Amino acid sequence: MDHLLDVENLWVRFPTRQGIFDAVRGVSFTLGRERLGIVGESGSGKSMTGRAILRLIRPPGQVEADHIKLDGVDLMQKSEKDMRDVRGERISMVMQDPKFSLNPVMTIGDQIIEAYRLHNRVSKSIAWTKALEMLEAVSIRDPDRVMRAYPHEMSGGMGQRIMIAMMLIPNPEILIADEPTSALDVSVQRQVLDIMDKLVKERGMGLIFISHDLNLVADFCDRVLIMYAGRIVEVCDADKLHDAQHPYTRGLLNSLPRLDAPRDRLEVLTRDPAWSEAPSVSGRV
Amino acid sequence: MALSKDSGKGRARASLPPWFKTTVLTLGSIAVTMLGLLFVTFIIGRVMPIDPVLAIVGERASQSTYDAVFLELGLDKPLVVQFAYYIWDVLQLDFGTSLLNARPVSEDIARVFPATLELATLGIFIGIVIGVPLGVVAAARKGSWIDQLARVLALVGYSMPIFWLGLMGLLIFYGILGWVGGPGRVGIFYVDVVPSVTGLILVDAAIDGNWDVFRDAFSHIILPASLLGYFSLAYISRMTRSFMLEQLSAEYITTARVKGMSEWDVIWKHAFKNIRVQLITVIALSYANLLEGSVLTEIIFSWPGIGSYITTALLSADMNAVLGGTVVVGLIFILLNIFSDLLYKVFDPRAK
Amino acid sequence: MAEQTLRAWLLTDTPTSRRHAKLSALYQGWLSFRSNTMAMIGLGILLALVLVAAAAPILSPHDPFAQDLGNRLAPLGTDGHVLGTDSLGRDILSRLIYGARITLYIVALVALIAPVVGLLVGTVSGYLGGWIDIVLMRITDIFLAFPRLVLALAFVAALGAGIENAVIAISLTAWPPYARIARAETLTIRSSDYISAIKLQGAGGLRIITKHIWPLCVSSLIVRVTLDMAGIILAAAGLGFLGLGAQPPSPEWGAMISEGRRFILDHWWVATMPGLAIFTVSLAFNLLGDGLRDVLDPKAGE
Repeated sequence: MDHLLDVENLWVRFPTRQGIFDAVRGVSFTLGRERLGIVGESGSGKSMTGRAILRLIRPPGQVEADHIKLDGVDLMQKSEKDMRDVRGERISMVMQDPKFSLNPVMTIGDQIIEAYRLHNRVSKSIAWTKALEMLEAVSIRDPDRVMRAYPHEMSGGMGQRIMIAMMLIPNPEILIADEPTSALDVSVQRQVLDIMDKLVKERGMGLIFISHDLNLVADFCDRVLIMYAGRIVEVCDADKLHDAQHPYTRGLLNSLPRLDAPRDRLEVLTRDPAWSEAPSVSGRV
Repeated sequence: MALSKDSGKGRARASLPPWFKTTVLTLGSIAVTMLGLLFVTFIIGRVMPIDPVLAIVGERASQSTYDAVFLELGLDKPLVVQFAYYIWDVLQLDFGTSLLNARPVSEDIARVFPATLELATLGIFIGIVIGVPLGVVAAARKGSWIDQLARVLALVGYSMPIFWLGLMGLLIFYGILGWVGGPGRVGIFYVDVVPSVTGLILVDAAIDGNWDVFRDAFSHIILPASLLGYFSLAYISRMTRSFMLEQLSAEYITTARVKGMSEWDVIWKHAFKNIRVQLITVIALSYANLLEGSVLTEIIFSWPGIGSYITTALLSADMNAVLGGTVVVGLIFILLNIFSDLLYKVFDPRAK
Repeated sequence: MAEQTLRAWLLTDTPTSRRHAKLSALYQGWLSFRSNTMAMIGLGILLALVLVAAAAPILSPHDPFAQDLGNRLAPLGTDGHVLGTDSLGRDILSRLIYGARITLYIVALVALIAPVVGLLVGTVSGYLGGWIDIVLMRITDIFLAFPRLVLALAFVAALGAGIENAVIAISLTAWPPYARIARAETLTIRSSDYISAIKLQGAGGLRIITKHIWPLCVSSLIVRVTLDMAGIILAAAGLGFLGLGAQPPSPEWGAMISEGRRFILDHWWVATMPGLAIFTVSLAFNLLGDGLRDVLDPKAGE
């Protein structure tokens, strides 16, 4: 399998008053043209992993890794200026809540066009047409009106589809989706996921899907990394997630209600300090 | 809660457009504030220990003259009626006559005001041009030497008596170095050389094409204007910094970075666009404060503006002039507030 | 040993009484305040100022009012007059030392009047709501709509020049922001569950305001007062400079600058020294205020 992305021994550190806090601790994994899920609780380091790949951890936070190779080229060695050619054009990211991730005082059209023109030297009118096509591709009706609208006039589901359109318009190879549906109404979550899935497949992209929702990940992804306290504790194929071995994963699974196995009382997760001490499991293929 | 919803529906049924309601509300609140402002100055004028009749007729006037003036001023009427007269006069821009030179106060104010306007405008210009970029950079490079510098500049600005700094400026730049012109708007050889069109000497000199006067006027205004500019930049840079910090931690900034934007564009094209509205309010506020700060600065620099006018009047107990000046400055304050509210609606798409 | 146990007692996680918890919180606040060097410098300057004011007769080398026309406008470092003399031959250092008393007097009075008025207006307005709220807030807005110094000037003009009148004028222009803050705090507190609980127990409005709302407003008001102190000092000095505050021969710092202004080009120290004194004290208040804000109101930092 050819690897789009190859991450080896990734650390994210934040200096605090109590000393250095390791948000991500020695994580390794690869990504092919697949849908890779990263699951964990809040604070498990899953979002930090996504941002570290794009080298978007702001100082005083630090990123260290043996390498983060994109098509064999190490991103860690690139200058900040070269990284700008990677961001958006080759690796893109969709964030949790479109209410906050879209600029409130710019029209949607301006924001999409900007994303396109940052990486393609084309006239505004060509970019406009291109943006319209992209909005249609994410099933936005009346894209002409939406282009002229401001983010606050959009619903959450529309906002997130706009966000996907904006992030996919430069045609990147990898999309990192950081809790892309958590802020949305349950009724539109599926629709947004389907659109994202369709586009990712059509374009032969790799997808890193970050979520706290085990069932969703099991359902949607090909392969899953389970993170706990900054480490990967278990790697498994998504369809075999319910047979996972690690006690943490089992604990998470057992604390969820299941239609096929109803219980009177759900389990409460008990944590073993040994989990956070154990070395990270490799997610490489 | 339920009540307010019902009344909302009631208004909707009356089919008044929403802009009408907001306009009426805004105008109403402006009217109330202005009324309050006049009420305060009216009370001040009434409680003051100086007898307005004596001030006009003099100590030696006969009782009958005194009574005649007393009636003429309407002082026998109830306070409410007197207040109504007062409002009526102010609405016609009649602030009475100055007890010092027996001229209408409104004429005097119209004459001195351009000097203050010129000084304060140049001051706010300096404050914006330096303060805004300084605040933006301080936020973008939080903790860097430039952030520390901005912090110290602001701290010193908040702690320094403006009139004392003005004196020190005069001592150093005029007395010792001789770089700038001294007190006054122009040197004595240039007084009244160019015809007064706008009352702003720099503009008048430019219109007249008399660059000697322009240069001289500039060398006189630059020190007091820089002084006022410094005090407004202390405030503007501080506020800009905190607004920017708030925006830079917002998620849409991450979006812009994910797109592959340069940090410069992220800051100016995305974050800065979002603080424009708040910034306008801050600038309007500090412009108003400059008009006020100019009171003390004008004294130091013998600047013939409204600040000097009010203080001179004050020291000679010319109450009509003091209150007239106070009302005018208060009105400008209110107008600046309205102005910033209006700009707010223009710049923020969410306010529509 | 005893100190060690006191420290442990103060730093406990499990306070045994209400007083214990209060003292413990105070101590921890002090610890984090103490680590702020700039704020400690500010506090040090202000303590020194209080000491100097208290011990003025002992510290000052001369009588601040004693004129010596033969030795007028003596420069810095003149024998017996470290900071020189003014236009009437009075010792500038002694006048500065006595002037500290006036500055503290003004600051203390304004700090007592303005926040209390603001607290009263703000809590009543916020707690009672309705038309009382509307009327009180409109009045607040009207005062805020005035340029402060100009309003103070007008008040002093009406009341007559003098320190007490300057204090009244400054207080009259300083209370509205406190009223705003107190009202905002009251609105949040008013709708909280524990206030409902106290109401259910039968507590009346007066009791709720004085016992439950005021104590919670105090910390944000203290921060604001400390940060405003510098402005109050500057305003008082400005009035003094204009001849509307303390009257001669009072050694008020602003008035001293005003006196020295006439000689600024030839005898610069006469006006410079009192200005430095004003600057130092208001800088100290600003540093202290920043530090207090970080301890008492961490949200407002940055």
